[in-house]
Amino acid sequence: MAWKKTALAWIAGLTLAAGSLTAVAQQAGTQFVGITGYRVGPYGANGAAFFGGFTDYLQLVNARDGGINGVKLSWEECETEYNTAKGVECYERLKARADTGPTAIHPMSTGITYALLDKAPADQVPLITFGYGRTDATDGRVFPWVFPLMSNYWDAATAIIKFIADKEGGEGGLKGKKIVLLYHDSAYGKEPHAVLEAEAKRRGFDLEMIPVPHPGNEQQSQWLQIRRIRPDWVILWGWGVMNATAIQTAQKVGFPRDRMVGNWWAGSEIDTEAAGPAAKGYYAASLNLAGKKFPVVQDIEKIVYGKLNVGGDPKLIGTVLWNRGVAAAMFTLEAVRTAQAKYGKKPMNGAQVRWGLEHLDLSAKRLQKLGFGAMLPPIKVSCENHGGSGEVRFQQWDGSAWQAASDWMKGDSALVHRMIEESAAKYAAEKGIKPACLGG
Amino acid sequence: MQFFFEVLIGGLLAGVMYSLVALGFVLIYKASGVFNFAQGSMVFFAALTYVGLQEKFGLPGWAVFGLTLAVMVVLGIAIERVVLRPLVNQPQITLFMATIGLAFFIEGLAQVIWGTQVRRLDLGLQDEPIAMLMDRFNMLVSKFDVVAAVVAGLLVAVLAVFFNRTRIGRALRAVADDHQAALAVGIPLKQIWAIVWSVAGFVALVAGLMWGARNGVQFALTFVALKALPVLILGGFESVLGAIVGGLIIGASEKLAEVYLGPHLGGGIEGWFAYVMALLFLLVRPEGLFGEKHIDRV
Repeated sequence: MAWKKTALAWIAGLTLAAGSLTAVAQQAGTQFVGITGYRVGPYGANGAAFFGGFTDYLQLVNARDGGINGVKLSWEECETEYNTAKGVECYERLKARADTGPTAIHPMSTGITYALLDKAPADQVPLITFGYGRTDATDGRVFPWVFPLMSNYWDAATAIIKFIADKEGGEGGLKGKKIVLLYHDSAYGKEPHAVLEAEAKRRGFDLEMIPVPHPGNEQQSQWLQIRRIRPDWVILWGWGVMNATAIQTAQKVGFPRDRMVGNWWAGSEIDTEAAGPAAKGYYAASLNLAGKKFPVVQDIEKIVYGKLNVGGDPKLIGTVLWNRGVAAAMFTLEAVRTAQAKYGKKPMNGAQVRWGLEHLDLSAKRLQKLGFGAMLPPIKVSCENHGGSGEVRFQQWDGSAWQAASDWMKGDSALVHRMIEESAAKYAAEKGIKPACLGG
Repeated sequence: MQFFFEVLIGGLLAGVMYSLVALGFVLIYKASGVFNFAQGSMVFFAALTYVGLQEKFGLPGWAVFGLTLAVMVVLGIAIERVVLRPLVNQPQITLFMATIGLAFFIEGLAQVIWGTQVRRLDLGLQDEPIAMLMDRFNMLVSKFDVVAAVVAGLLVAVLAVFFNRTRIGRALRAVADDHQAALAVGIPLKQIWAIVWSVAGFVALVAGLMWGARNGVQFALTFVALKALPVLILGGFESVLGAIVGGLIIGASEKLAEVYLGPHLGGGIEGWFAYVMALLFLLVRPEGLFGEKHIDRV
């Protein structure tokens, strides 16, 4: 038994040593970024692309620019496996890693986001939920620490309806049509229900909502129901294996793929390549453009993968989710830069980063300068609107790559705005929150 | 009525896909009395190794199949040497716990070797309706599912012959009944276990190819094991035939339930409906439809 005690002592000692080394690194004046990522498990492929792009951008900024205004970046990634309990555990670990906290957390999971909603304000840690999470958190007066940047699920749902309406001949084109929402049976999958019901009522189409139990690798009965309903369009609100299975099963029951529109978590190469030829013609919304034509992507390829040789899987460069990860990292760092303009060129804490996020202004010119060009639409955040543009772009899979199927477009902004205000006010009443802007 | 039959046939064929996975469990249970929690992980490992080798060497399908089979045999032998051999004569719960550890290890190993990317597996078979049935009867039956049913039928035939007509098969059954008695009459327990784990690896490879061709080869393949559990409870843990019949019953009933009961219960019920059926069945016939009744002297 003596050897066991010795081994345990060594393990404990090494763990403590590793912890203190990280702490020393933070004292040296770096901006520490805590990453609750996932690269293994059921959604590992999606996470590997997103967090691959995220960390590649951090590497680039350190190597090319020497950090942000001379403040170097350091980071630590904790594996959540897309599991809410592990996500919370990672958050707790990362928030204590540096005096300035983890900068901002990207939970990359609606479940983890919900679990952190109460913790983040108490710990003064901003949550950036880029295209996911709780939609009404867009109201920064009620959710001052949450930033559903760019577009939220209700923007996506109304934009998808508008896209379909355009295909059906315009504003009144959906009257009498049938639309099925095939959704992941989870908090994420249920987010668009209310807004789609409102759209169905307003535009006069029949809406059927069919859940798919996790993980969604068997959808025979759902698609037979769809075959019986004979809808004009199917909206796919899936994640992971559910997406490829839905596309494959659509082919199996003879439903045309060019009458299917996925949301932006059902529109990556991971979904379409796994489905093979069945995916040809399939539409999906997107938060960002894919491809390698953007200068920032070329810089990463040249510096991070070429010169430094510290990048991840080169096959992921320029894919939808990898580019989204690069954009997510950029949002975090630009919030730090914005905060530095007010608080000084030093590592920023959570409260300062929150201020930076609330004053984030990424104009087309600024995005151009950062090397993103047309990858993203311009974003301006305010206290009242923690989201941003609300714009979405549609793409269509041509069998080997995503092709643009629309320009950047908005859904029903007025409806979304009204529903966000109502829902946020209800949440504030439940929690006893007095809506107000936090200020600096 | 036509829709009912479509759902029923679709369910029966989906059930065959579950049976393909359940067969691997049955094999190990028959030979060692152990419920192999790692069977789903083996399905994932086999499919990922197949596409990984195909990508790396660009060999024809049959050659990659052979190579992957060799890898699964090596894995089976390694499991026997490292995990099972030290646990001979230990309580079955110990062996079961060992397979839980093994499941996580195999999942991790597969991802370390081949990465986490989703890969397409093309067996040259599209998952689309049979045109003749569609044109004549407007009846939807998938080509892919029919091929899967034929493959499962062949597997059952081969395994039935293996267990009932070969010396190794009979030895396997003796080992399952009593490790010590089998050793006492000269049955080489270690080789037998290595063989059965290798055969389970072969079954995992076939199941992995069929499921991988349908959904892409990705981590979610490990979840197909969850679909096999109610099949086993219903069919019996020791019966190859039970795995098939159980699969058919579970497949058909969960699809019919989802389509006809689901809308009244909020939908998405097929995830748990099969388990409810299995639980109810346990109350009536604990050994399953084709399982052996155990009478222990106390």
